[in-house]
Amino acid sequence: MTSQLDIEKLDVSYGDNQVLRQISFSLQPGNIGCILGPSGCGKTTVLRAIAGFEPVLGGRILINQVEVSSSYFCVAPEKRDIGMIFQDFALFPHLSVADNIGFGLKSWSSGQQQTRVREMLAITGMLAYGQAYPHQLSGGQQQRVALARAMAPRPGLLLMDEPFSGMDIDLRKQLAREVRNILKQENITAILVTHDQHEAFAIADNICVMDEGRIQQQDTGYNLYHQPANRFVANFIGQGVIIPGSVESPHSVQTELGHIEGKLPISHATGTEVDVLIRPDDVIHDDSSSETAIVIDKSFLGADFLYYLRMDSGIEVLCLAPSHHNHKINERIGIRLDVDHLVIFDRN
Amino acid sequence: MRGISENSLGWVIRNRTSELLKGWWQPGILLAALIFSIPVLTIASFLLQPSGDVWQHLVDTVLTGYLINSALLTLGVGLGTLSIGVTCAWLTSLCQFPGKKLFIWALLLPLAMPAYIIAYTYTGMFDFAGPVQTLIRDWTGWGYGDYYFPEVRSLGGAIVMLSLVLYPYVYLLARAAFLEQSVCVIEVSRTLGCNAWSSFYRVALPLARPAIVAGLSLALMETLADYGTVSYFGLGVFTTGIFRTWFGLGDSAAAAKLAAILLLFVFTLIVIERWSRNRAQYHHTTNRYRQLPQFQLTGFRALIAFVACLLPLLFGFLLPASQLGLWALDTYTVMVDASFIRLTLNTILLGLSTAVLAVLLALFFAYGKRVLASKLVFASVRVVATGYAIPGTIIAVGVIIPLAWFDNTLDAYMRDQFEISTGLLLSGTLFALMFAYLVRFLAVSIQSVESGLAKIRLSMDEAARSMGYKPAETLFRIHLPLMKGSVLTALLIVFVDVMKELPATLILRPFNFNTLAVRAFELASDERLADSSTAALMIVAVGLLPVILLSRSIASSRAGS
Repeated sequence: MTSQLDIEKLDVSYGDNQVLRQISFSLQPGNIGCILGPSGCGKTTVLRAIAGFEPVLGGRILINQVEVSSSYFCVAPEKRDIGMIFQDFALFPHLSVADNIGFGLKSWSSGQQQTRVREMLAITGMLAYGQAYPHQLSGGQQQRVALARAMAPRPGLLLMDEPFSGMDIDLRKQLAREVRNILKQENITAILVTHDQHEAFAIADNICVMDEGRIQQQDTGYNLYHQPANRFVANFIGQGVIIPGSVESPHSVQTELGHIEGKLPISHATGTEVDVLIRPDDVIHDDSSSETAIVIDKSFLGADFLYYLRMDSGIEVLCLAPSHHNHKINERIGIRLDVDHLVIFDRN
Repeated sequence: MRGISENSLGWVIRNRTSELLKGWWQPGILLAALIFSIPVLTIASFLLQPSGDVWQHLVDTVLTGYLINSALLTLGVGLGTLSIGVTCAWLTSLCQFPGKKLFIWALLLPLAMPAYIIAYTYTGMFDFAGPVQTLIRDWTGWGYGDYYFPEVRSLGGAIVMLSLVLYPYVYLLARAAFLEQSVCVIEVSRTLGCNAWSSFYRVALPLARPAIVAGLSLALMETLADYGTVSYFGLGVFTTGIFRTWFGLGDSAAAAKLAAILLLFVFTLIVIERWSRNRAQYHHTTNRYRQLPQFQLTGFRALIAFVACLLPLLFGFLLPASQLGLWALDTYTVMVDASFIRLTLNTILLGLSTAVLAVLLALFFAYGKRVLASKLVFASVRVVATGYAIPGTIIAVGVIIPLAWFDNTLDAYMRDQFEISTGLLLSGTLFALMFAYLVRFLAVSIQSVESGLAKIRLSMDEAARSMGYKPAETLFRIHLPLMKGSVLTALLIVFVDVMKELPATLILRPFNFNTLAVRAFELASDERLADSSTAALMIVAVGLLPVILLSRSIASSRAGS
């Protein structure tokens, strides 16, 4: 299958400040990709380069197998067959919802335009609001109009720049699910930029984690969490602590918390000092365990408690325990390790 | 990345994008900016030219006087506008007293009153034969020389006249600065032991200082640019000196040299103003605003506040406007004749066509700046926008010299080659006059259009682009509909400014072509004060329109909302 978007060794800089270095990834038709990273990592720049709002210094961008950006070459944004959803939605305040959605359909016949606008209103559940103006809509409704407007011309690629950033958490989750369903239903290739991993997990098939202008890891959400490629991804995705350990055999590591079995990414000589990533769900609360730790803090998450524990050696770990195990701070509780994925990093 | 693309690096990003949009636009802007800079460049070049006999004569006789008078006038108007402007701004922003709501906008009314009109109105009221002195003589039985009465037509008089109509600049900016201050800084100063008064002197006033200085420099630019008042009062300052040298001594080079020196002073003010405005931005301490606590004034204090705000309004607008009205009632039946209607139509046509041109050019410049956003374009637009500070007299001289050169060169060439005399093609035409207006007032339209554009987020442009619209299409489909108000404001303000403009019109108007301002000034100069009132009143009435707009926008916009 040929890919819908190819980015090859992309470099972008603002003056002397290089903000993107050697970014490469591809997106298959109908897939939803996500660029995830902290603010300032360059993720929005990637999106704007794809849209044609930023010129590129090196590398190239292909949309639907056609080169649209390289150094000294840049197809104007209006000729790229893209749709874009902006952080602030950028709905035109002087046009009604229907006119906003129809804005990109200027080359269609008026009959086709009407049909398509109606269709988009229906898909996004906004049929009753065609004649309303953007300022009369709630944030979630504006979001739907922005989606409808960007999808209406059937762009080859839909770009979304932090589309849920201005909303409260509940609405975010609901809209992320809705948007994913609509995109899948319409079989649209899309790429989302966000700093929120939960949003990324909810909407994307494939996620690129970025930091400091580079792609740190490209994978599914599950793998990013359980098999982070480096310390940055390990810290950025999910919670966890890094504890010291030493290699016992090609299949196991000895730590303060005990012996952990798993596949080692690279073969290390026995006795090599390494760091081991321990996720809160790797530490199981077990009253019958002989291993114990002191609760130094805890936060209530609803179904679970997240316990901050200190071992006798002084090492601190996190433990996710069902919320009916309500322990007091300074209480000593039993724990045991149950590590599914062994993740180790070389000790610096 | 949002953070980076929207702060100081923003222009770099868009600058690089603009490389993709190369075409006629950027060269067009550069060329237009160059053309509109010709008058100022011409005048500036005279700083370096060798001086002739007439110049030496000027240096020996009148130059020192011009310098001293201009300095005293500037100093006096500076003090006058500062004291009136800051006092009124402080009272109407931080105090509560009866009539305050009215004063907030009414204190802007003197802006509608051109200085030369208020000058001869007061002369008519207060000179020896005027109603006030006549009344005094009737009451007391005194005759000429029996009593002292201040002379209106004097340097002091000019200072008072100019202060009365120019203080709104200081008032406007100072008031905005007081309102924009965060209540937090004031309250913090209170918790640190300042009382209400010392928190004003130690916190509020220093924070507002850059804005006040910016307002002051605007008022002083107008002072240096004034020709009507000083000429009517017979004062020797730079603007009148330029006229005398040009028309009296017939020496354009010496006149241009005088203009060049005046230009130096104006540029100093421009630098001070820009610098203060930049500093004023840093004095924005926060984006969280709340209505400032108001000092409730009662009794005697409230009365003083009321009178302090009433006096500038009374003397800067109500009194002279009423006097004009009374005169006009007496004389309009005689004054409004076919020629008056013709010159009114002249004024309206000239104002309208200049305004339309100014707005079209402003769109060309401002939208170009937004889309291209290159350093060169930024600089060009900035240069063009400096015109508002340049006195009309300087611009007129700076227009007439290159145009005369062009006409003469063309004429000589055509005679030489084809034995045809082209005569004066451009000099003394409406083209020359409108060009001078554009040099002076483009800044006004650009500012208005730019502020309209600035309210439209860049993502709007990008959204339209991502949906297949080119920049020009985006301008018509998105920007123009969204900034109708700003465009109309720009049209109105330029129209009114053209209508009020005096010195450039006096110098550049075609033979026998009159405007209301010129007519009013001519009649007043012939001591036909009452006869001039109809034209003057029309200027004031039309001048009220932008003031009303301004006061409405002040009333509706509150910092932070």
